[in-house]
Amino acid sequence: MLQCHDVVISYGERRILQKVSLSVAARGLVGVLGPNGSGKTTLLKVLSGALTPETGTVTLGGQGLGTFAPSLLARRLAVVPQETHLAFDYSVLEIVLMGRYPHLGPFEFEGPADFASAHAALNATGTDHLAERAFNTLSGGEKQRVVIASALAQLGEGTPDATTAGRVLLLDEPTAALDLRYQLEVAALLGRLHDRQDMTIVLTTHDVQFAARVCSELVLLGDGHVIAQGPPQDVLTTEQIAALYGIRVDQAAMFAATVSAGVRP
Amino acid sequence: MTHPLKRSVPIVVGLFALMVLAIVLSPLVGSTHINLMRVFDRSIPFESNVDAQIFFIARLPRALAGALVGGTLAAAGVVFQGLLRNPLATPYTLGVSAGASLGAMIAITFGATLPFAGAAPASLAGAMLAVTVVYLLATARHSGLSTTVLLLAGVTLNSFFSALILFVQYLANFQDLFRAMRWLMGNLDVTSYAPLAGAMPFVAISFVAFVWLARPLNLLSLGADAAGARGINVRSVQRTAFFSASLATGAAVSVGGPIGFVGIIVPHLVRLMVGADHRLVLPASIFLGAGFLVVCDVLARTVLSPMELPVGIITAVIGGPFFLWMLLRKR
Repeated sequence: MLQCHDVVISYGERRILQKVSLSVAARGLVGVLGPNGSGKTTLLKVLSGALTPETGTVTLGGQGLGTFAPSLLARRLAVVPQETHLAFDYSVLEIVLMGRYPHLGPFEFEGPADFASAHAALNATGTDHLAERAFNTLSGGEKQRVVIASALAQLGEGTPDATTAGRVLLLDEPTAALDLRYQLEVAALLGRLHDRQDMTIVLTTHDVQFAARVCSELVLLGDGHVIAQGPPQDVLTTEQIAALYGIRVDQAAMFAATVSAGVRP
Repeated sequence: MTHPLKRSVPIVVGLFALMVLAIVLSPLVGSTHINLMRVFDRSIPFESNVDAQIFFIARLPRALAGALVGGTLAAAGVVFQGLLRNPLATPYTLGVSAGASLGAMIAITFGATLPFAGAAPASLAGAMLAVTVVYLLATARHSGLSTTVLLLAGVTLNSFFSALILFVQYLANFQDLFRAMRWLMGNLDVTSYAPLAGAMPFVAISFVAFVWLARPLNLLSLGADAAGARGINVRSVQRTAFFSASLATGAAVSVGGPIGFVGIIVPHLVRLMVGADHRLVLPASIFLGAGFLVVCDVLARTVLSPMELPVGIITAVIGGPFFLWMLLRKR
């Protein structure tokens, strides 16, 4: 579904991504796992089209990202940032309706179809009851679910667009700013969305246990290279974890043990 | 399911009505008493209707100038706040007013030797110069429009132009200096329709841009990356916002001088009334800003009557404490 080939990105002298190639299958829930500074967020920006690689290609459904009209790309590919801070007091419903932007003409107001989509998205993320609340008054976990709802509305949730699959949800460190309870909430939500099998989900994380629990497939990214790609139980070996995070083998063994105990069937 | 916008439409309509009321009633206040019924009495020919002459020729231009300047500054404030994602930004934050003031100071001080007369075109030219410099600085090292660099460039230019203003004032004689100080205080001493006609085209162009900007500015509030991911051309939105709001501010300042606080008080009050959606905040701010400045000008003309205060003093006296209240309210 989403592919990148030999992608190179550098900031000044520093190479962030060195010939990264990646193929995300349709309807998967893929985690890009790596330590801080490994290039995860940069890779996500490349996959979303926010950053154009110096060399290499990124394709969505076989078509180069750069050849999409911005609004057409936005209808098929949505991004959830790590954290969302608003300068002004928008309500939750307004935030979700903002996801409908690429579906509307320049001076068009949201119509019944857009409201239906927004409500389907609120429903899917369990945030119906928050619709009238001010976004800035929500907890971190609620905010994250509302921003996911906005992304779903953008991808045509609850409209005929949604059934034609081919849509991709990208999440940057969806749980990094959340405490354990909200991490579990977001993990459960991502699991539910994955189980619906109507979209492809790619997320970045540095949390090995979260990645193992939620993702159907992992990409280990270390220092701008793809170290391994495959199902969590195959790639999260003691040696791989030790190499990825630069920790001792006995430390990594403890992780590998807890991870293999918690891997989704 | 009602559209969230619909709930606040009556408020916007109400603000529009208040603005019209302020514009029509404010010319009645003044040293010579006039009767509104007589003003609009069609049975008396205009040439012999003194009330109508005072209303339309002497006083209405000033009320309209207040409305134009107030509405424009408030709307420009909204756009700058959306662009910088900061509710404490003002139309003057990025150096537009400093450039306009420098232009006006030069025109007032060296007016006799310059090819054009009057401070208005000079201040507009100064504003455009400042805008161009800030834009070039902000885009020099980045491909996009970095709001942080934009802010730094604006603040730097503000203080640099202030120094140049002091230099020009140092060269001025007493009479010119007095006029210059009066201009800097901001006042609406408009006695004909000509200054309005001069500023109107620039304001009109900016307002067309504002209509287009309203929805993209909502999404920009999520952050530039998030807005881009929803299909917005962030760079073109930022550029349009910056230039249109600057042009509007320059035009408003060329009519009334750098009248302060309208561009920050009004948008803030409006957001408390109608929420954050720019499609409501922009028109509501135009109406409330227009009405607010017209009323402030009535106060300026009457509190120390027969002396007339510059309206900039009134808005500053109201705006200073209000600004502090806003700061304290925000955590």
